[in-house]
Amino acid sequence: MTTYETIIGLEVHAQLRTQSKMFCGCSADYAAAAPNTHVCPVCMALPGALPVINHTAVEKTILAGLALNCTICEHAVFARKNYHYADLPKGYQISQYELPFCRDGWIEVEVENKPGFSEKPGLSKRIGITRAHLEEDTGKLVHGGSEAGDTRLSQGRGSYTLVDLNRAGVPLLEIVTEPDIRSPEEARAYLVKLQQILRYLGVSSADMERGAMRCEANVSVRPVGQEKFGTKVEVKNLNSFKSVKLALEYEVARQIAALERGERVVQVTMGWDEERGRTVVQRTKESSDDYRYFPEPDLPPLVVDRAWVDEIRSRLVELPDAKIARYVNELSLDPRDAQLLAMDRGVAEYFEATLATLRNQVSRRNLVSSAMGDAKIAANWITGELFRLMNAAGAGIEAVKVAPAALAELLGLVAAGQVNQNGAKRALGAMFVTGQPADQVIRELGLAQVSDADALAQAVTDALAKFPAEVARYRGGEEKIFGWLLGQVMRETKGKGNPAVVRELLEKSLRG
Amino acid sequence: MLHELTIHQAASLLRSGEITAVELTEAVLARILAVDNDVKAYLALTPEVALEQAAEADATLADARRAGTLAELPLLTGIPLAIKDVISVEGIPATCGSKILENYLPPYSATAVLKLRAAGAVLLGKTNTDEFAMGSSTENSAYFTTHNPWDLERVPGGSSGGSAAAVAADECLAALGTDTGGSVRQPAALCGVVGLKPTYGRVSRYGLIAYASSLDQIGSLAKDVTDAAILLGAIAGHDPRDSTSVNAPVPDYAAPFQHKPGLSGLRIGVPKEYFVPGMQPEVEAAVRAAIGVMRDLGAEIREVSLPHTDLALPVYYLIAPAEASANLARFDGIRYGLSASGGSLWETYRQTRGQGFGPEVKRRIMLGAYALSAGYYDAYYLKAQQVRTLIKQDFDNVLRDVDVIACPTSPTTAFRIGEKVDDPLSMYLTDIFTLSLNLAGICGLSLPCGFDAAGLPIGLQLIAGPFEEPRLLQAAYAYEQATDWHTRKPKLEAES
Ligand SMILES: [Zn+2]
Repeated sequence: MTTYETIIGLEVHAQLRTQSKMFCGCSADYAAAAPNTHVCPVCMALPGALPVINHTAVEKTILAGLALNCTICEHAVFARKNYHYADLPKGYQISQYELPFCRDGWIEVEVENKPGFSEKPGLSKRIGITRAHLEEDTGKLVHGGSEAGDTRLSQGRGSYTLVDLNRAGVPLLEIVTEPDIRSPEEARAYLVKLQQILRYLGVSSADMERGAMRCEANVSVRPVGQEKFGTKVEVKNLNSFKSVKLALEYEVARQIAALERGERVVQVTMGWDEERGRTVVQRTKESSDDYRYFPEPDLPPLVVDRAWVDEIRSRLVELPDAKIARYVNELSLDPRDAQLLAMDRGVAEYFEATLATLRNQVSRRNLVSSAMGDAKIAANWITGELFRLMNAAGAGIEAVKVAPAALAELLGLVAAGQVNQNGAKRALGAMFVTGQPADQVIRELGLAQVSDADALAQAVTDALAKFPAEVARYRGGEEKIFGWLLGQVMRETKGKGNPAVVRELLEKSLRG
Repeated sequence: MLHELTIHQAASLLRSGEITAVELTEAVLARILAVDNDVKAYLALTPEVALEQAAEADATLADARRAGTLAELPLLTGIPLAIKDVISVEGIPATCGSKILENYLPPYSATAVLKLRAAGAVLLGKTNTDEFAMGSSTENSAYFTTHNPWDLERVPGGSSGGSAAAVAADECLAALGTDTGGSVRQPAALCGVVGLKPTYGRVSRYGLIAYASSLDQIGSLAKDVTDAAILLGAIAGHDPRDSTSVNAPVPDYAAPFQHKPGLSGLRIGVPKEYFVPGMQPEVEAAVRAAIGVMRDLGAEIREVSLPHTDLALPVYYLIAPAEASANLARFDGIRYGLSASGGSLWETYRQTRGQGFGPEVKRRIMLGAYALSAGYYDAYYLKAQQVRTLIKQDFDNVLRDVDVIACPTSPTTAFRIGEKVDDPLSMYLTDIFTLSLNLAGICGLSLPCGFDAAGLPIGLQLIAGPFEEPRLLQAAYAYEQATDWHTRKPKLEAES
């Protein structure tokens, strides 16, 4: 049997996060709005209305292009893409064709290990970005009546289609890859990485489930060793990471099976049918559109000068790969923790803010930081206890009421011996709910660690008095019961005893 | 007769209190009532709105008179104007001379209209046009053909034929038109009025229902050069809603007229390519005589060459239809205008556009879509853009050596209604002297320079470089003052 190689190229559309739409002043935040309330003559394509470029959208596009290692065009031109559809009020979409803002970039994607959670750095690979350009979103069609789901506007038999233009004209960033992707898993890894970068830059929510990031794939297979690409099939309607992977796996298998049967792969546009778990032909090549692109005469070419690009470049934040490398190399975090912290920009910023305050405190109080290192401590608390609390509450980092400074304060108190680990965990749980500062919570809940030798000696005496039999067993040589006895003493202190002091006193008492 | 007044004459009478804006508007409305059955310049009249606006203007004038600030009032205060039907006026139908927009009421006004209203102008109604401004005679209007006031058997020119005829017949003091390939200047020539096409980007296109976006420009049709200048001053200027409008200062276009009569020092170029075999001999004679008058006024006359002139027509008929094919895609029967239900989306498109558009519009949409389609784009659209650059360079070169170019506006005077309707190419040829300016983006105007044996007006076209409207108007004003063509009126038998 022939072995086949999979060739995939992806086209991603990401809605840019801007206040107003791409070519008019309407609010782009239409999520909760009643249909056709975020509209004006421009985005409704009333006769005589003209587009005006949203410069924030242009800057976000250039910022994304820089993060994707693209070359930024000095002259960018908008173009009309002509086609008729009910969700496209002008009968053309303002997009870019020959001179997009960004071209010839790449993204580095980890391809060997599952991205995000590898213990050791995996093999990485560059996926080429052909272009990234700016265009406008279409409106939304709502199908109803007896033939709901039918995309044709039919007025017969009680079925109908409603047009909502709130989304029409929202800025869209289209990012097109080279045919560099070799497996559905790689495609998924690319999308995860792209989403992470777009979110880091703050240019898009890149939320696939909400339609803020949409994906189309060009898929072909060829016998290993063959140079010529196989016939490609376009797959649309990939609305989640899961459907991307499933649809591509299905389509690759379908094409290989066809070739194995001696059939040809036909150039078509397929749609992913989530429910039936298969790709379905939407359109054949013969009926494919000629979009008759030409430069948009209502918008003069946009000059993108060097100074502007440099200014935008100065807004580039440290991206996840660079952060992970820095966390591992400079902060000595292990790669797994570094990846967990860098996955989300908000978490990374939380971690860095916590660490900065913690270091400041440690040096201010002249405390010797623990052998573990401040970074490691902060990382452990965030990826451990804080993540546990966030998961339980279903909250993202933005919703966490514990300010980084408050967490640092708590960790400082641990380092200073004023609260022990257990006390600190209980304190953090309370802080997570109330948002109160660490010292207040510790005081109110009485969690302060007791290190006073007299008080703890009394607790040792009391505990040993309660369990004479166990004391006798220990003295009889059963040393492993020590831990249990230690627990009983801690219990006497209501968990607040300084474990190191308790251990020392208990050892002394048992020996004496 | 109040309806015969120019803007500047009416403005001084309004200021002196000899007439009121309501009287003036009533007089013009009466004139419309008397002659428009014959001329058919207007597609829609809004007398109630006009009288209301006139009353407002009278109040403004009275306030200013009391406050002693009459001199600061815009000259257009209380002046009744007409608007070509491709320009949006809130709440008043804008059909563009097409069935597809028969029931469309714009919910907003074009920037040029807002500026006129801010200047206190009174809007009388909407004037006839070839459908979507595609045509040279108003015969492509889906509603009716406008008649030339000089000879009701003849066309007024187009596409702004309604506005030109309304000005010529004293059915308004002045009017807005639009010029994509000569649609202000050619009807101005055929109706014996002044028509000014400003530099591309001088006047906002926001609210002008687009025919060809890179060529369209709103311009003024007026009874004399001074009025054309006053109207341009009111509508010109940068508009943040139109990205192709240019942020250049707007001078007082009529101000220099008093200071510098004569044309001494002005270099006028006469392009040899604009005097072609087959043009009406009387037109050539009148234009050459006009150039002689300008020489006598002190201008230096030079023969110049615009070598790519003969390519303007084919280039125009690729670029304008290409842009139109996209601009007119929005008329789909979904949101406004005609909607011919077809059972499915595609059938709705087919029926709506099939029934709503006239033959010339369909011809240009087809032509444009073809020029843009895969496999033909390079040979047609792209090539046309390249030649457009050459045409622009022709003007750049000539306008380095001369200040103004003088030539005919149209190769003939007004032709008979129906004469060219079955021959689109001969209709297209009526614009050969005007198309190039739009392709080059520069300014030009037509003003009366004589009459042919049949008593039909002849237009002299003057052309200047980008944003050289002051120089253009200055030259036109000097010629106008030395002649009396602009004072002649057509003899319309007013119905009683
Ligand atoms: Zn809008």
